[in-house]
Amino acid sequence: MPTNGSGLPHHDWLDDDAGPVVRPYTVTGGRVRPVTGGFDLLAFVLAAPGAIRAPEAAQLQPEHRAILALAREPISVAEIAAGLDLVVGVVRVLLGDLLASGLIALHEPSAMAHLPDDDILQAVVNGLRAL
Amino acid sequence: MDSGHSEHSIPLALKILVAGGFGVGKTTLVGSVSEVRPLHTEEVLTSAGIGTDDILGVESKRTTTVAMDFGRITINDDLQVYLFGTPGQERFWFVWDELAFGALGAVVLADTRRLADCFPSVDYFERRRIPFVVGVNRFDGARRFTPDAVRQALDLHPNVPVVSCDVRDRQSGKHVLVALVEHVAAKRGHPVPTA
Ligand SMILES: Nc1nc2c(ncn2[C@@H]2O[C@H](COP(=O)(O)OP(=O)(O)OP(=O)(O)O)[C@@H](O)[C@H]2O)c(=O)[nH]1
Ligand SMILES: [Mg+2]
Repeated sequence: MPTNGSGLPHHDWLDDDAGPVVRPYTVTGGRVRPVTGGFDLLAFVLAAPGAIRAPEAAQLQPEHRAILALAREPISVAEIAAGLDLVVGVVRVLLGDLLASGLIALHEPSAMAHLPDDDILQAVVNGLRAL
Repeated sequence: MDSGHSEHSIPLALKILVAGGFGVGKTTLVGSVSEVRPLHTEEVLTSAGIGTDDILGVESKRTTTVAMDFGRITINDDLQVYLFGTPGQERFWFVWDELAFGALGAVVLADTRRLADCFPSVDYFERRRIPFVVGVNRFDGARRFTPDAVRQALDLHPNVPVVSCDVRDRQSGKHVLVALVEHVAAKRGHPVPTA
């Protein structure tokens, strides 16, 4: 597949004759699936140290850079989508680009998040009561 | 890539769903117990694409935006609870299934003036064996029903907690969440037979 200047896949069908692209996905050049990564809503994303100044970041779109800025501290996929006002599917595609370029680390939810033990449940109950 | 900086430890994030019929108070509950105002995310589906994830090559298919509200409660540095309000219509099962994946449990909100509105949510969580509690939201002018009457009307398993609440009130909202987490813990200790 040809690539454009950013090294991202280029889609020939984006020209005027190709018919409408689902509008929120114009940010991704019409791509609906990330090149890599699962990106659970509660996966956490952390930018690599110095990612924004890395050579790989030079050609990024503003949306990619905005994600790197948000991910200076661990942040969930859901919160990135809310913070940037982008639909979740678009954020996943952008995250796939960043992951493939080595600019972020991705932490999918652990088994413990899906099946927390009794100590964790107790901590949640105590924490909720203390709110 | 090394992400092992100790100042950047990845929190454990638990997920709780808030379901129920249209306008029953899902977003209100998410907001009243969260430390931030409800955040908003969207997913885009095409009418033809509901049920598949293929939205390429759309021509005349209509697109639908499915909104999800969510909020966060930080228990401590290592532990967060996320609350996700489910989209009001179950036909967006694509989004429901994603939200339900790995969820700790669910709160099904019920309005006694239109109890049937929460049937699909109850069915959904029963079928997938996702632990849930029913929160009976007190709306002005609604007749008060005892939790047992609601349990009977919804044909709930006797173990499923039914809690009355006013989700506009933070304490009341917290109470519903505590009931859910305790229910999850109790099911661990005394597993419900699967047959
Ligand atoms: N009297 C009363 N009003 C409530 C209560 N809970 C919610 N409301 C009101 O009911 C309306 C709908 O609440 P929402 O939280 O938006 O309901 P929702 O379930 O998110 O609605 P949809 O997302 O549209 O399905 C709002 O105006 C709330 O202020 C309650 O316990 N008592
Ligand atoms: Mg709502």
